[in-house]
Amino acid sequence: MPIHIIDRRLNPGGKSLENRQRFLRRAKSLVQGAVKKTSQERDIKDVLEGGEVTIPLDGMHEPRFRREGGTRDMVLPGNKKFVEGDYLQRSGQGSAKDSGPGEGDSEDAFRFVLSRDEFVDLFLDDLELPDLAKRKIAQTESEGIQRAGYTMSGSPANISVSRTVKLALARRIALRRPRKDEIEELEAAIEACTDEDERAELVARLEKMKAKSKRIPFIDPLDIRYRRFETVPKPVAQAVMFCLMDVSGSMSEHMKDLAKRFYMLLYVFLKRRYKHVEIVFIRHTDRAEEVDEQTFFYGPASGGTLVSSALQAMHEIVRERFNPADWNIYAAQASDGDNSYSDGELTGLLLTDKILPVCQFFAYLEVGESGGSAFDLSDSSLWTLYERLRNSGAPLSMRKVSERSEIFPVFHDLFHRRDTAQEKAAP
Amino acid sequence: MTERLFEGADWDFHTLQRITDACEEVALKDLGLDVYPNQIEVITAEQMLDAYSSVGMPLFYKHWSFGKHFAFHEASYRKGLMGLAYEIVINSSPCISYLMEENTATMQTLVIAHAAFGHNHFFKNNYLFKQWTDADGILDYLDFAKNYVMQCEDRYGRIEVERTLDAAHALMSHGIDRYPGKKKLDLRAEEKRAGRRRQHEEEVFNDLWRTVPKGATKSRSALSIERRRKLLGLPQENLLYFLEKSAPRLAPWQRELLRIVRHIAQYFYPQSQTKVMNEGTATYVHYRIMTRLHEQGRISDGNFLEFLGSHTNVVFQPEFDDPRFSGFNPYALGFALMQDIERIVTRPEDEDREWFPDIAGKGDVMGVLRDVWANYRDESFIGQFLSPRLMRHFRMFHLHDDPEERAGIRVDAIHDERGFRRVRRELARQHDVGFIDANIEVVDVDLSGDRRLILHHHVIKGSQLNETDAKRVLQHLADLWTYDVALIEVDANDKVVREYVVSPRPIPAAVA
Repeated sequence: MPIHIIDRRLNPGGKSLENRQRFLRRAKSLVQGAVKKTSQERDIKDVLEGGEVTIPLDGMHEPRFRREGGTRDMVLPGNKKFVEGDYLQRSGQGSAKDSGPGEGDSEDAFRFVLSRDEFVDLFLDDLELPDLAKRKIAQTESEGIQRAGYTMSGSPANISVSRTVKLALARRIALRRPRKDEIEELEAAIEACTDEDERAELVARLEKMKAKSKRIPFIDPLDIRYRRFETVPKPVAQAVMFCLMDVSGSMSEHMKDLAKRFYMLLYVFLKRRYKHVEIVFIRHTDRAEEVDEQTFFYGPASGGTLVSSALQAMHEIVRERFNPADWNIYAAQASDGDNSYSDGELTGLLLTDKILPVCQFFAYLEVGESGGSAFDLSDSSLWTLYERLRNSGAPLSMRKVSERSEIFPVFHDLFHRRDTAQEKAAP
Repeated sequence: MTERLFEGADWDFHTLQRITDACEEVALKDLGLDVYPNQIEVITAEQMLDAYSSVGMPLFYKHWSFGKHFAFHEASYRKGLMGLAYEIVINSSPCISYLMEENTATMQTLVIAHAAFGHNHFFKNNYLFKQWTDADGILDYLDFAKNYVMQCEDRYGRIEVERTLDAAHALMSHGIDRYPGKKKLDLRAEEKRAGRRRQHEEEVFNDLWRTVPKGATKSRSALSIERRRKLLGLPQENLLYFLEKSAPRLAPWQRELLRIVRHIAQYFYPQSQTKVMNEGTATYVHYRIMTRLHEQGRISDGNFLEFLGSHTNVVFQPEFDDPRFSGFNPYALGFALMQDIERIVTRPEDEDREWFPDIAGKGDVMGVLRDVWANYRDESFIGQFLSPRLMRHFRMFHLHDDPEERAGIRVDAIHDERGFRRVRRELARQHDVGFIDANIEVVDVDLSGDRRLILHHHVIKGSQLNETDAKRVLQHLADLWTYDVALIEVDANDKVVREYVVSPRPIPAAVA
């Protein structure tokens, strides 16, 4: 009997991917809820790492007719001391009771592992970038290559044999290079020839032919053609994200941490929408400077607070490096809300005249001390200023945050898909 | 002295070939087994998980519930809560056995002996499998099912197909013919039939018929209840079959889907009735083959010890008060029964002669076993062959749990002279699908009246349906039936215990 032994290990994996996607689609709202709940407890670095989520099994239940209760009979192994007619207590050793027929795998919650992409997808699923379509003009990024005719020079790997041979043939015909069979014919004729004179003449002709065929090469370097490739510029939508943060003494580590979380979320979000995302970090006290990420979050700084300095810096950077016609500009500002009183006027002016017109989106995040609910206190000077601007029609988004766990809800709140809803004031 | 099949734990495909040949020699010559041709496939852990989620079949139609099972198995596997099976074997011809790549050479030998010869012989020879499954056709049929479901999704939309399949799955355990009919199942013909019918419908389609005035429908005089039930073939316990044939408003493709689910349920029906026997047979066969190979010197002592270790784990039976206990282990019970039969046939005692006069001391172990494997299922097998000695060995006892009884759970019988027969009868009954599955049947429907479908659940020993689940299943049933469905639970005295009535959901709102 023939026996087939087959190695299936190399078969493509992911056979049940399709079923998995169906399952996720079906459980979407449940999984999404679970994802949000999980992400609140997580550290920002891990938030997009995927991982285990738990959903209530209820919605994904597959019902069957099951029987329960009633009188039950069972035969069990391992009798040590019972004799016929004994009674066992029900509540005591529950093991005897639990082990009836039909061990149903009824669990209330269903745990499974989501991949990173699935997690991010679900996490950001109902979010949308405002004004995404406004400017999508692009920087050229050499991406695709395309065949584009032939060239005289190139790498040997790209030689086009058919083209080369065709040209060589044309040249040989044009220059009347003697063909191989002509020469052979002549040689045969010499062989057969008996007359001495005629023979000499034939030999001379043969010499001439051979010389000519030597002079005119079969393939000349001139004939060689290479396939030519062209890089095709592909338009790529690009975005720049400005992170503005107040780093004056009044900003505690906790507040910076909140801001950082927010920026990272924004970055991940932009990264999903744009191929090309640049980040500019601007920190400010009473003067602003562009710094790298490390300095931005951890570098020590002290001084007063002038918000306008940061806006001015941003404005200059935009003018120098990021032409609003080519770039989608997003800005997020984090601050504890302090600003010197005299700066208010200038800040407002800069914002409405210079910054907001070029921005797709400007978010202001007011961070507060943990535990101290920022909401009970009277509004900060910056908040009051921005609120006034917004009420007069400036496209500003603003929220207050004081706990880590609020970052995700606030982020969601800022970017959730708006169909009709006007942005409402913060609660 | 024959040379060793392998040394150590490593194996390659030549080793597998040698192992299979050696096992085959023992299986066919020494044990006289009769098997389908074998196909052995080596797979990875991920592929094993894939197979888990599609009930062990190599191909299956797409449905979200399989994704759910996959996610569930994957999560528990990753956390180390669950080990994977060493093999999966499919009742098909050729008989396909999947082996995990992680197995050692000894384990591969064990698994080949177990699946490719033990299970294989059982599939080919047991009367239930012969009667209910079509090993030649199953893979083609599954392929057809997969494509058909895919086509339906293209034509009628994924949601609609999913809705129908959800409902069909909920009723799957009641989509089985429990009594053999006249016709043997031929899955290849099924596939052609479905194609022909669709073609026929397309050929004879003529839109004109729609415009022909129908005239007043003849008002048939009310049929007598007897006549009406007879026309519909009632009572009918195969709910899927009944819906497929009689549901008034199902589209042809929906009927075909119900049919597919029904056929697949039917295919698995024998497996649920023969867990103990099937595993017992396979375990007994692998034990015999491995022992023989060791005797022949083809397996080293060390490897044989490794085998004995795994074998002992497989046939371990925890006692009822052990935290690991979860019912009888079919491997342990089955293997013990097979070995006990071997003992009775070769070295009977007086007690055995009294209990098993037919086989005691008969001498031909394999002859007796092959006969047993061919002609019994779990319930009849245990009822026939569980010996007093084995009951004493397992220290079996019978508990009777009546919720009315204040004093607690009564010990009804133990492994003594008075109790043997009762314990045996009770254990056999525990393995009888007739008692395990709820007994539900369609009893009546007035097709010319309100079309309410009436089902009865015959309550046995006061065990009623779980309410939440019953309502959900009935909801699915009502959605397919498209009219009200009533389920009445009646006890042995025809007294109504409980009544459910469910109305169908409007179709667009059905996306749960």
